[in-house]
Amino acid sequence: MAQLLQHLINGLAAGTIYALVALGYTMVYGVLKLINFAHGDVMMVGVYMGYATAFALGREARGSLLGIAAVFAVAMLGCALLGFLIERFAYRPLREKPRLTALITAIGISFALSYGFQLDIGFLPGASPRAFPEIIEPTEWLIIGDRDVVVWNWQVISFLIAVGLMVGLQYLVFGTRFGQAMRAVSWDHRVAALMGIPTDRVIALTFMLSSGLAAGAGLLYAIKDTSVSPLMGLYVGLKAFVAAVIGGIGHVPGAVIGALVLGLVEEFVVGYAASSWRDAVAFGFLILVLLVKPGGLFGRVAAEKV
Amino acid sequence: MRRLAPMLLAALAVLAAACEKKTQPPPSGEAGTQAAQGQPAGTGGTPANADTILLGQVGALTGGQATFGISTRNGIELALKEANAAGGVKGKKLAVKVYDNQSKPEEAAQATTRLITQDKVVLILGDVASSNSLAMAEKAQAAGVPMITPSSTNTTVTQKGDYIFRVCFIDPFQGFVMAKFARDELKLGKVAVLQDNKSAYSIDLSDVFTRKFREMGGTVATTESYSQGDTDYRAQLTAIKKTQPDGIYVPGYYSEVGVIARQAREVGLKVPLMGGDGWDSEKLFELGGSAITGSYFSNHYSPDNPDARVQKFIADYKAAYGGVPDALAALGYDAARVAIEALQRAKDLSGPSVRDAIAQTKDFPGVAGTVTLDEKRNAVKSAVVLKVGDGKTQYVTTISP
Repeated sequence: MAQLLQHLINGLAAGTIYALVALGYTMVYGVLKLINFAHGDVMMVGVYMGYATAFALGREARGSLLGIAAVFAVAMLGCALLGFLIERFAYRPLREKPRLTALITAIGISFALSYGFQLDIGFLPGASPRAFPEIIEPTEWLIIGDRDVVVWNWQVISFLIAVGLMVGLQYLVFGTRFGQAMRAVSWDHRVAALMGIPTDRVIALTFMLSSGLAAGAGLLYAIKDTSVSPLMGLYVGLKAFVAAVIGGIGHVPGAVIGALVLGLVEEFVVGYAASSWRDAVAFGFLILVLLVKPGGLFGRVAAEKV
Repeated sequence: MRRLAPMLLAALAVLAAACEKKTQPPPSGEAGTQAAQGQPAGTGGTPANADTILLGQVGALTGGQATFGISTRNGIELALKEANAAGGVKGKKLAVKVYDNQSKPEEAAQATTRLITQDKVVLILGDVASSNSLAMAEKAQAAGVPMITPSSTNTTVTQKGDYIFRVCFIDPFQGFVMAKFARDELKLGKVAVLQDNKSAYSIDLSDVFTRKFREMGGTVATTESYSQGDTDYRAQLTAIKKTQPDGIYVPGYYSEVGVIARQAREVGLKVPLMGGDGWDSEKLFELGGSAITGSYFSNHYSPDNPDARVQKFIADYKAAYGGVPDALAALGYDAARVAIEALQRAKDLSGPSVRDAIAQTKDFPGVAGTVTLDEKRNAVKSAVVLKVGDGKTQYVTTISP
């Protein structure tokens, strides 16, 4: 029983991170119908920005609230800028081209980032994994029995941040003028432009938002698992993509619930069966969902305009 | 970005110059070690030279495993220098020709062919990485030139044929060493195993450890697994915790082990972790932090070993290259010395005679343990167990087969 509870907590903690990354996929897809495969690698770049900031701040500043805020701010703003640049120079020139072209570019950017960061020149970090500095001092918040079940502070913090961001995003999309513009662009960006909506600006802001979000998620991931490497984005990005599709890509709460489900499924598979089954079960679950509900758990199937 | 290319070139040139300097001929004169660019020797070291015996080394001097090849080369050079100072072999001086394999098996195979056909070496030393050694072994075996690998631990390397030898132990041996250490020294009764499902090395070690530990009367409560590159091991560790083990055997590589150690402490597992030579890296201390302190792993050699032979080697090595020699340098040194000793005993310098002489190596005192070659041409030798301290390792004990 205690073990089940612990697996539940671990699974939720892992799912939370997937959720934050999945939100980025879902936002960009919602607006542009583009699966931004570079999203996970933008997250990785954000983690290294946070890593560099934490080191620049020195050991004393790391535990402080101000230090944590600085690390998150630098990484999230830096990634927002990176997201802007990627959109401006890699996706915008191809916007009127077939959607497949942008997808291929996205994969290209993904590999350029993850393999470029393995080089060992100048500021690039090199291929070896590194230990992420403990910017949040890990503390046990809740202990049941003889350490049968342990809840850590960062698990609670990540969960709250993820839920908060989900609510915030839902409000942004459905409660603000910017969200209205996003939805209009998503509906048909040419018509939206005719109605006086600054399409380019809306799309650029969406990319910046999703990239900043990715950096935040990446930092929570790095705090959770302590090891960072240039290839981490490929792995987490793929899982988050699966989560977004399970939830119904383009659907904000769907992405979060899909991610939590995926996190729990993986945790239980590893805990009760074997780790080698994890990816097989995760992708098998994806196929099952797509067979039964092709739009994902919460998505609607839209008839493709031919 | 455009300015990077010339800078890189300049850096390479400096590196190349540094390599040249290091590989200057030993005191014996012109028949010296050749630099690593893979060019034929300008002077000396050519096969026709009647008063030199030429050995060959293929190693990774560039690429991802560069530190392996360079350490090994330094060890070999040191051994040759000593042998030449003591009068050489059969009245002749020794020299070694070094080729870089760029950390690639296909380059290793080519370099081996070149050593055999052009340089006509009597014996080949190399490589560290088993995949490179396997490529080399094929060529050496086909040509009937004896080959000794200093540190390839994969079981299949010496199975390539009767001309292929090694002076290090094989992978499964480490599983036995840790099982023995856990039972006899740590007095553990019940352990758990956490293996890397993507690595043949890890699975080999884990299988042997489990079998031996049970034979010695212990219990292996559970075997969990992970895949190389994972960073979240909490599910496995939570499952392990339920079995309440006295220790956990994690025969993986340092990049994963460091993180596993942290998360093991997090889920409340306070028992020691144990592993093999895949842990041997400075990175282990960074990734594992204080969580890895107090864990144990088996290795080829320890610079802390109080043995006079080991300490003399370390002093000589420091004088020649600066820095403490790692296990690869020690094994390179041992491999060269085993080769030299065999050449002295050999009837003549033909392939079959040298092979027979190497095969008879028995109780040879190396710095990384005593070398006795068995009928499968593997070294039957002891391993050391190291304890992870605060930012460094401490020698604990030596375990013999």
